[in-house]
Amino acid sequence: MSKPVEHDYIGLSEQPLPSMEKRSGDTNAEKSGLRLKDTELRLGLPGSESPEREDRDQNVLSLKSFVSGAKRGFSDALDGGGKWVFAGGSGGGSEGLFSPRRGGNNNEGNDLSGSDSGLKDGVAPKPLVVQEKKSQVAAGNGNTAPASNRAQVVGWPPIRSFRKNTMASHPPKNDDNAEAKFGSGCLYVKVSMDGAPYLRKVDLKIYGGYKELSSALEKMFSCFTIGQCGSHGVSSRDGLSESRLKDLLHGSEYVLTYEDKDGDWMLVGDVPWEMFTNCCKRLRIMKSTEAIGLAPRAMEKCKNRT
Amino acid sequence: MMFSFPDEVLEHVFSFIQSDKDRNSVSMVCKSWYEIERWCRRKVFVGNCYSVSPRMVIRRFPEFRSIELKGKPHFADFNLVPDGWGGYVFPWIAEMAGAFPWLEEIKLKRMVVTDESLELIAKSFKNFKVLVLSSCEGFSTDGLAAIAASCKNLKELDLRDCEVDDLSGHWLSHFPDTVSLVSLNISCLGSDEVSFSALERLVGRCTNLRTLRLNRAVPLDKIANILRRAPHLVEFGTGTYAADLRPDVYSDLAGAFSSCKELKSLSGFWDLVPAYLPAIYPACSKLTSLNLSYATIQSPDLIKLLSQCPNLQRLLVLDYIEDSGLEALASTCKDLQELRVFPSDPFGAEPNVSLTERGLVAVSSGCPKLQSVLYFCRRMSNEALVTIAKNCPNFTRFRLCIIEPRTADYLTLEPLDVGFGAIVQYCKDLQRLSLSGLLTDRVFEYIGTYAKKLEMLSVAFAGDSDLGLHHVLSGCESLRKLEIRDCPFGDKALLANAAKLDTMRSLWMSSCAVSFGACKLLGQKMPRLNVEVIDERGPPDSRPESCPVDKLYIYRTVAGPRFDMPPFVWTMEDDPSLQLS
Repeated sequence: MSKPVEHDYIGLSEQPLPSMEKRSGDTNAEKSGLRLKDTELRLGLPGSESPEREDRDQNVLSLKSFVSGAKRGFSDALDGGGKWVFAGGSGGGSEGLFSPRRGGNNNEGNDLSGSDSGLKDGVAPKPLVVQEKKSQVAAGNGNTAPASNRAQVVGWPPIRSFRKNTMASHPPKNDDNAEAKFGSGCLYVKVSMDGAPYLRKVDLKIYGGYKELSSALEKMFSCFTIGQCGSHGVSSRDGLSESRLKDLLHGSEYVLTYEDKDGDWMLVGDVPWEMFTNCCKRLRIMKSTEAIGLAPRAMEKCKNRT
Repeated sequence: MMFSFPDEVLEHVFSFIQSDKDRNSVSMVCKSWYEIERWCRRKVFVGNCYSVSPRMVIRRFPEFRSIELKGKPHFADFNLVPDGWGGYVFPWIAEMAGAFPWLEEIKLKRMVVTDESLELIAKSFKNFKVLVLSSCEGFSTDGLAAIAASCKNLKELDLRDCEVDDLSGHWLSHFPDTVSLVSLNISCLGSDEVSFSALERLVGRCTNLRTLRLNRAVPLDKIANILRRAPHLVEFGTGTYAADLRPDVYSDLAGAFSSCKELKSLSGFWDLVPAYLPAIYPACSKLTSLNLSYATIQSPDLIKLLSQCPNLQRLLVLDYIEDSGLEALASTCKDLQELRVFPSDPFGAEPNVSLTERGLVAVSSGCPKLQSVLYFCRRMSNEALVTIAKNCPNFTRFRLCIIEPRTADYLTLEPLDVGFGAIVQYCKDLQRLSLSGLLTDRVFEYIGTYAKKLEMLSVAFAGDSDLGLHHVLSGCESLRKLEIRDCPFGDKALLANAAKLDTMRSLWMSSCAVSFGACKLLGQKMPRLNVEVIDERGPPDSRPESCPVDKLYIYRTVAGPRFDMPPFVWTMEDDPSLQLS
């Protein structure tokens, strides 16, 4: 297969680009060991054993080796029980990982990633498993949408939160789908914790249920040492360990509460998850002592509403 | 000869020089010009609030009246920068409050602004006139109330895309009777945050009001009253532009729009109902700017509207306009300079509208003054991009977002390298470029070779190897801001081009392949850079040094490392023994 780009094809050759060979004369590059000639055709990370791809067209459909690199960021999450990265099978929105929609040629990606440093064995296949699972789920659901919404990547497409939130709250009226397509994109709510110096935002759509939300929050706030944070972001590095925070959350010191559309503060966990994501405006990890008196009327309220 | 002019003469000459770049050049001519210039600089611009300390700014420019600060990296707009990263304005306000009682203007972008900061502004600056907060967060209507109550000379209050905590709509009533606003933009406020009667009274007494942008909560039937109180408005943003069609409301509205003879810019139009659109027709012939990007109306209505706006220079619209609408735009709006087309359904798997590369090609062909484009679409071809490039050699900003990452040329299935290559080759004045689609290292070769005036480049899901990054860093002479996500760029190109980073404002890399070891090395060798590793997985030194970091933000600074970092941000330390002199 010939190289995909020929300069003359569209007449850009009036000013031919400097070739790689000339470029390698650049002393800086030589000094640093960036041997441009050698890397010209190499795909994948410098130092990796990636075989040259013969068929360029296939690139459109296959994972690149670096994808595994991109996913390294999640390797801990994958192994460390941070299951929130993969939403439950009920088609619950984004995975937080990008993966190509075409499921077919993913296996190539695996081969390329094997020798890269820092990559844990066996990590790379996992995202692919989920990808297949997701397409099965999509096939299974059948009638919610012709194809399920594409697996979502954080911050892609690059649309500002203000725009996303605006479009989400009032779906386009002339759409055939009853469900707001924009709304199914994401639903960011603020999370505050008593004593923490700043708020976090979480996207409720990426969690499949309360358990995932709760472990994500534990992870997110485990870096705060209760009572040792200053007001302008100066904080101690010795955060609580995850398990201790878990104890705090499940034990008596903190409870997870939320503000609903009416402005009332309720305990999280009393209503079905779907109902919760529709009602919830904001979350707060509150000291148990302050949470006394939060009525468990949540169930009643939501029943009356719907 | 020049040096025998008295300082006052030079000062007078310098007062005609407004741009920061020029002022900076002036200050470098010689010591005495540096001295004169610094005493007479009235507007200070700090593109990265961590590049310099407030004290340094005040020391150098003792008499400025206006300051503009930017905080978080641009990718914070897309939730890539975790909350708590930084960008707090309070230290700046605190420093200026003591030294500068005569400060008049504060303009902030992507910063964390607390109510405490707003209260301090209100208390400290007696002649405060202009507050512009763009994509800021951290404050509530209480802070706004403090500003309203105390800043008796306030002229401009502009809240763009901010996240404001809604506590009470009555903050507007805190404005004294004597206030005379020229510009009020509250378009980002939520539903409980504005009291209509307070708003009407305020508009009524601000006889110099020229810009008014309402928020979504203001219903359509309130617009007429407001407009009638402000007949000299030049820029107006509606609230919700929807109501059941009632002839009395309609004619009221149409009458109000006709009475505003100076309207040049319209925006808002949330939930737009086409039946009410003709009410704005009287104003259309003079319109130069139209923001319909929240209006969910279809192409035929848009075409009818646009045919009334021959003088349009700036259009923001949703992709409901479709190719047919853009073709109509190209034939009626010959003065068009800026076009932004946003996606109505960015997360849908399939296209919901017929908007393709054809629309953009049509506009490029029909609108000779087109300079700035932001275009979301689902398919593109090299052929189209080459055509667009040849049609519009005057592009200064070209941002193309093909919604699915790594989408190839739909005709040839090839990468879009050649298309973007044509853009940089033909558009010699290109300052800002955002790439998308399937791209190899070759596109970066083109960019490095041709994009000599490029100042800001955004890259996502592109490239094959470090070579790509190397081309950009070594070739783009004017590069100031580079932001990259999900690309296979690693240590080699970064370390080989470390010196380049001293000439840029900032570099952002997330989900790439830069190792922690390289970050440490960079931090050690480059004393004038802050190399920040942002990693929510935990301390990077709990993993092997060869492990890539999650996010990396590098910026030049004379202020040294900052101390307001959250637990998931680490600044790499300088090591004097390793520095290359």
